[in-house]
This record gives sequence, C-alpha cells and structure tokens, in this order.
Amino acid sequence: MAAVVARAPLVHARGLEKRFGPKRVLRGLDLDVAAGSFVVVTGANGSGKTTLLRLVAGLAAPSRGLLVVRGERAQLGFVAHDPLVYRELSALENLDLYGRLYRIPERRVRIGMLLERFGLWDARAERVETYSRGMQQRLALCRALLHDPTLLVLDEPYAALDDEGAALLDRELAERRSHATLLLATHDAARTAQLETDRLVLAA
Amino acid sequence: MVLVAGAALALLWAPEDADQGPSQRIFYFHVPIALTAYACFGWGAWKGLRLLWTGEERHDLESYTAVHLGTIFGTLTLVTGSIWARTSWGQWWSWGSRQLVLFLVLFLFYCAYFMLRYSLADGAGRARISAVYALFGVVLIPVSFLAIRLAEDIVHPVVFDQDGPQMSGSMFFTFCLCLVGMFLLAATLYANELTGKRLDARLRELREALT
Amino acid sequence: MSYLADVAALARKDLLLELRAKETLPSMVLFGVAMLVVFRFALPADAPERASGGLLWVAILFVALLGLTRAFVAEREQHVLDALVLAPSDRSAIWLGKAAATLAFLAAAEAVAVPAYVLFFGGVGWATLVAVALADIGLCAVGALLAAMAVSGRARELLLPLLFLPLAIPVLIGGVGSTVTDDPARYLAFLALYDGVFAILAWASFEYVVTE
Repeated sequence: MAAVVARAPLVHARGLEKRFGPKRVLRGLDLDVAAGSFVVVTGANGSGKTTLLRLVAGLAAPSRGLLVVRGERAQLGFVAHDPLVYRELSALENLDLYGRLYRIPERRVRIGMLLERFGLWDARAERVETYSRGMQQRLALCRALLHDPTLLVLDEPYAALDDEGAALLDRELAERRSHATLLLATHDAARTAQLETDRLVLAA
Repeated sequence: MVLVAGAALALLWAPEDADQGPSQRIFYFHVPIALTAYACFGWGAWKGLRLLWTGEERHDLESYTAVHLGTIFGTLTLVTGSIWARTSWGQWWSWGSRQLVLFLVLFLFYCAYFMLRYSLADGAGRARISAVYALFGVVLIPVSFLAIRLAEDIVHPVVFDQDGPQMSGSMFFTFCLCLVGMFLLAATLYANELTGKRLDARLRELREALT
Repeated sequence: MSYLADVAALARKDLLLELRAKETLPSMVLFGVAMLVVFRFALPADAPERASGGLLWVAILFVALLGLTRAFVAEREQHVLDALVLAPSDRSAIWLGKAAATLAFLAAAEAVAVPAYVLFFGGVGWATLVAVALADIGLCAVGALLAAMAVSGRARELLLPLLFLPLAIPVLIGGVGSTVTDDPARYLAFLALYDGVFAILAWASFEYVVTE
C-alpha cells in the first residue's frame, strides 16, 4: 500500500531572524517554498531581500530561528548583485573554472551552449573587464545556470540587464519553471507576474 | 571574593619563607600569573572549539572573555617578569628568560586577536574567525616555546635556569596557595566580565526591539 | 581524486590571474632585492657573517607577507569568494589552491632573491636551501588562512602583518638556525614540525573562516 506523503518544502523557515550587530534586518519570518514553485520576493530597499536570499543560498547563517534548505550545494544556482566572476579572466576561463568546480560532464560543450544562448559567444575570449554591465550580468547567469541547478536563487537579476538580456532571462526562467524551483527578488514584480506561483512581500 | 583574600594572605605569609631576599616574593606571583594566563588562553581556545562544533552563539562571548582575561594576565606576566629580571639580574628585560620571551610573542599574537575582532562586523562570521584564531594561539604556545629554546643557541648563549628556586615544603605550600588564589581570581573576573557583557548585549537587543 | 583537481583548478586560476595582471610577482622580486640592498647599508662593517644570514630570513618573511597581502584581493574586490564558497567542492580546497599559488610566487621571488643574497653577502649552504623550502610551505599555509581572515574585515592591509608576524617568528627562528648554526638538522626538523602542525590546523579550520 502506497501512502501519499506531501512533499516536504524545499525551503522551510520559521521565525527566521538576521541581525547585523544591533540592527535587525529580518525578524520572525516564516516561509515555505514548495519544490517546483516560483516565489517572487519584493519589498522596499533595506527590507531584507538580499539578506533572505543569501540565507537561503547558505552564504549567511540565521541569527535566530529555523531554516532548512533541502538539497546539495551542487544543485544550487545563485545570482547576486555582483556577477561573481574574475574581471581579469575571459568568459571562457571563468566558466571553465566553475565548470571544473561543479564537475560538469562535457563542460566545454555546455559552456559553449550557454555562451551562445546568452549572446556572449563572440566575446568569449575577451576579459570580463571589457564587458558592459549588461554583458557581465549575462555571464553571471551563465555561471549560475552552468550546472543546471534545481534551486535557482536570483537577487534582482533584471537590474543590470539591457532589454535583450532581460528577454533572454525571461525565456530562460520560463524554460526552467518545469524542472527547477525559483526564488527571485526584484523591484519590478510586474515582469514575473505571469510565471510566479507565490509572492512574498517584505516590510522594512 | 574570600579566596582573593586568600591569595593576599599568601603574600603576607611568604616573607617568612623568603630567605633569598624579599625580592624573591615576586616569584610567587609571576609564575601563577603566567600559568593562569595559559589557562585562560586554553579555555578561550576550548570555547572557540565549542563554538565551531555547536554553532551556539554564547560560546563566542565566553571565548572572547577568556582571551581578554588571558591577555591581561599575560601583560601582568610580562610586568612581573620584568620586575623579577630587574631584581635578579639587574636588567628590566632578559632575552634569556624563555618564559618572558614566550609571553612577548603571545602578547603580540593576542593583541592581534583584538585588532582582528575590531576589524570584523559583529556576527557569526566574526565569532568563527575569532574561534579559529584562538585555536591557532593555543597551538602556537608549545611551538613557540620549542622555537625559543632552539633560538637560544643563535641569539643568547647563556641559559638562565627556569626552574626557579628550590622550594622547601612551606614555600611550596605558599606557591600552591598563590596558584589556587590566582586561578580563583581569574575565574571570578571571568564570571563577572561575562555577566557584564551578556547584560550589555541583552540591553542593546531590548533597545533595538523598542525602536 | 577530485579534491586535488579542485585545488589544481583554483591554483591555476591564480597563476592565470597573475599572468594577466603582472603585479604581484614583479613587486615581490623587486622588494626582495631592495630589502637586501637596504640591509647591506644597515649592517655595520664589522658585523659577523651570522648577522647577514639572519637578514636573508627577514627579507623572505616580508616578501612572503607582500605576496600574501595580495592573495585574496581578487576574491574580495568582486565578492567572488561567495561563488567559490557556494561550489560543491570542499572549502579547504580554496585554501590549498591559494597557498599553492602563493608558494609558487614566493619560490619564484626567491629564485632571484637568494642568488642576489649570495652576490651581496656570500654563499648559502644546502641546509639553507632546504630550510627555505620548508619555511615557504609553513608561511604560505598559515598566511593563506590569515589572509582570508584579514580580507573579511576593514583595514585588511594593516591587519595582515599583525596577524602574520607572531606566527612567523618560529619559522624565522627555524630558518635562521638552519643558516647560521653548525647543527641545522634540529632546526630543519622543527620547520617540518611547524609545517605539519599548522598545515593540518589551517586545512581543518579554513571552512569556518569563509562560512558563517
């Protein structure tokens, strides 16, 4: 006899608090992100969107409360305010490094495919410091998507993108919806309104 | 508190046994202070290890307080050691005294601990880094001691006897009393400082919650 | 073993970065030689030969410090360390890769500084060369961890020397002992001990330095 068990949420937080010294950025936050959902986090500046996303990614530890994120680091993709790439290296060299660290099989093929998809193929051998901000952000997306993560955490990914890049991201998110869980922080909630399953509004 | 008085009693009793001259009395303080400093650093490292192990925030404050106290005792070791050097050998400093040189190196190390803490933002990151540094400190103690012993052949050919005076029964008793007294003094100061800091933190939290 | 592959990838990245920027290594080389020249003028004419042996080690210490100050700069500037920490690889691989790269730079700088020393002051024996190798390992192992600590806070360039020097003193003693005494074996053994103990400690604790 098979028992139907509700799938446990991918991200589970209860009473989550984060303090920076005496200043509390997140207080008493409860959150459940079901696998396969698309949660959009909005709120004014300083409301703790970035902090929350960093906590989920594992880059920061909660000051108080419970936070459980299921899955391994190898399944997590993270897009931050900074592109998190080495400026003195080329796109190829950067992605090659991450490809090795994430142990991606046939990484050259995958790198080539991603660069192509995000319109960076022509600039692949040039140093990242020569890229525009939009191009750097697109490279950041390549970096985050390189290992085909099942949990994708994006911190205001549209902020630095030009129109073309934003369209590429739209397409990418729509494709990923089917097999990944997405957690996205943004100012511009209208953009993702069609795809999202839940919205979390943080108060400052 | 009563036991701090016990340590003071040792000071009064000691002159009875000091047949090497009243200046020898400083020995009863210098070595216990040094041993207490070691104990504090060891405790600080242990609390640091507990922090890394369990992740419980309270260990950070415990570790910090222990290291702080250890540094104070370490400074006192240098001061009393310097006084001892002056009375025994006529100089304010002696590179031949292994204990003294070791404490100088440790003093530099643990002063850097506070500089490190000061440069980091309050939080789990600072707690972890401080804990790791405290662990390095406690490993540095024996390694440095060994190094300083080796260094004597290079830097200072004459080795001063570090065992101190041969202690007769009553002198030994006085010494032990001083040692216990010093430990208890350290423990009292530790408990006091820890409570004080915890209250400070709680107060700040409450203040923040009210605004 | 994938751990070593990670370390190699990270070390390779650092070497590549240096190849592009060409900042750290030339500075280290120049600094080393400059220090030796300064020492020449700082030593009185009748100084014993042993004194100059000691100064070689001071130079090595400060050249290493220079290299270590630059160690995590790239990661700090663009917060790339976050991405490395997020990777599924063992965090200690970051430390080992960085230590290995710094070791390479230090060795390259010494390849110039030691012959310069021989030119200015006189010969070095085999014991000194072995000591330099052992000391380099210890300095880079400890230094890489301390550099990561310093980089997390404010006043990074000021902080690293304060953290580094007390821990470097035993290495200095071991090195100088190997150079100037008649019984270098003891000092070489000590350097090996230092390397073993602190490398293990650094390897085990690096994870806690870069995560919360």
